[in-house]
Amino acid sequence: MGDVFTPINFGLLLIGTIGGLILGATPGLSPTMAVALLIPFTFRLEPAQGLILLGAAYTSTVAGGAVSAILLKIPGAPANIATTLDGHTMAQKGQGARALQLSFLASAVGGVFGVLLLIFLTPVLAQWALAFGPSHLFWLAILGVTIIGSLDSSSVVKGLLSGCIGLWLATIGFDDIMGAQRFIFHDAVAGGINVIPALIGLFAIPQVITMFAKGRKRLDAEVIAVEKHPIGQAVGEVFRRKRALSIGTITGSIIGLIPGVGGQIAGLVAYDQTKKTSPEREKFGTGHSEGVIAAESANNAMVGPSLVPLLTLSIPGSPTAAVLLGGLLIHGIFPGSDLFDNYPDVAWTFINSMLIGQILMCIFGLYVAGLAARVAQVPNAVMAAVVLGLALFGSYSVQNSMGDVYVMMALGTGMYFLERFGFSAAPLVLGLILGPIAEANFIQGSMIANATSSMGEYFFSGTLNLVLIGIVVASIGYSLWMELRDKRYTTKDDAVLKEESLS
Amino acid sequence: MTDLPRMQHIIASGLVAAVGIAVAYISYTQEPADAFLFPRLISTVFLVLALWTFGKAVLGRTKVGNGLSRVAIINILPGLIVALIYIFWAAKALGFYTASTITFFILLSLYDPAPHGEARTWIKRALITAGFLAVMYGLFAQLLTVFTPKEILF
Repeated sequence: MGDVFTPINFGLLLIGTIGGLILGATPGLSPTMAVALLIPFTFRLEPAQGLILLGAAYTSTVAGGAVSAILLKIPGAPANIATTLDGHTMAQKGQGARALQLSFLASAVGGVFGVLLLIFLTPVLAQWALAFGPSHLFWLAILGVTIIGSLDSSSVVKGLLSGCIGLWLATIGFDDIMGAQRFIFHDAVAGGINVIPALIGLFAIPQVITMFAKGRKRLDAEVIAVEKHPIGQAVGEVFRRKRALSIGTITGSIIGLIPGVGGQIAGLVAYDQTKKTSPEREKFGTGHSEGVIAAESANNAMVGPSLVPLLTLSIPGSPTAAVLLGGLLIHGIFPGSDLFDNYPDVAWTFINSMLIGQILMCIFGLYVAGLAARVAQVPNAVMAAVVLGLALFGSYSVQNSMGDVYVMMALGTGMYFLERFGFSAAPLVLGLILGPIAEANFIQGSMIANATSSMGEYFFSGTLNLVLIGIVVASIGYSLWMELRDKRYTTKDDAVLKEESLS
Repeated sequence: MTDLPRMQHIIASGLVAAVGIAVAYISYTQEPADAFLFPRLISTVFLVLALWTFGKAVLGRTKVGNGLSRVAIINILPGLIVALIYIFWAAKALGFYTASTITFFILLSLYDPAPHGEARTWIKRALITAGFLAVMYGLFAQLLTVFTPKEILF
């Protein structure tokens, strides 16, 4: 824990926390994009310092999103959608400060619980992961892509297709075994696609173009003035609302552990469950504090557990975790089973900083919320130009190469158009990041298979292989079933509407 | 007009399918075969999914994605052209900071909802541009010591 409190580390934690709160409160800047844009600023830092900055930004952008959700009714990130339901209504009733205080306190409780889960689960799972061989790691990488592909997208097939595009992009460049050139159509990708410019492009450029699409539109939302509200009362209220706090915290933690299911689902599920079990369910949606507490404790409780698969199995559990993986890779650290053996200081400083970061986020959140809400009103035009400039400079600074900038822009522009047709960036990014892991283990596995048994026997036998394949098939099957079910309901609704319109 | 989104879906999924076909073709024809072992595996799945998506688009069964409206295209086009010129030509040819200043100011002028007929709003835009460039210079040139291409001015 001591390493977190060295002047530089603590200073970075403060910068990451305050900056993250402001970035999180800015609509259009998602936590993933904010963390991706921050990566170039970690190049000059030690690995642990870089991760402290990125981890603090991740934590506080999720919580900061509640500011604009409550005061502007614009969720700072998808994770804050459920917060708007009661939070904004409270603000309209003149209880903005109370809503903000409840949201930051609940976020801190959920966040601390989530990080404690990360602290206790990660070393155990890391030990367990030591037993993984090439075939298991191959299936794990495929599992990471398919879970995110099937759960994060509105269409399972398009989600999986996005994952495949990412996996293909990862194969561009020279292959590691033969040194042969693959899919090199331009000098810019001769050395392969660098993950950091790709991440910046895939998350930042579609957002810039989305801001362009809004045209010369003035932001209609008005910041609601916040009243004075004693913090002591808010602390008392958060702990009186035990049911909402515990449902939010536990739901968020469990959802965080499942790769691909992000804060948006955590917030909405926790809100829904709290409402269903509440004796005051009729108050939900009318500015009920339980709604804010459940949603915000859940979306922050998700942060810590979402890093468990990343730190133990090198499988990012969320797009933001994928960006953090990019941050680790550029510092030469490959997370996985031996992370805690090879880089214990980095791993523990990072994890401990997230714990302290949750508390700092709460303290600063309570004080900078008003300021952050004003930042949230920055016009689209300024935000688009700022993000574009940061994306250009950030991509260039990775290797001082214009090639990276071209890759960033090409991937980003392409992604914007693909997103308009139901494709998703998250599985594509996961494919790009997990592609080299999948390929290296596939090649290694096929060599072992050729020497000992057949490919089929090596990759498709053994309990762990079968369990992993089972989860891959089950996640795709479940998502397909959900999609078909939703379609059936939609079709039924359409039929009813048609009948009603005819009559 | 009602066919526009469907047509857009066909074009988009057709382009993805074309990439899928190209990737699969290269994977199965290029040598050495060992280097393309993994791409073959990926490209096969890629191609099947891409053709499936294309087929659905042709049959008009694609339900996800909103496509692009005429208004959105008109709004996007000027900004996108400026952004592309900035990244693919101006940044290198004019120097990063010079190109960024020009681009930032143009984008701000294009998309800022404030009236264009008032001197006050132009001064505000110029000040925001100068402030942004000062921050970028401080962050990248001073803090990170990134040596960016310099052509005109800086």
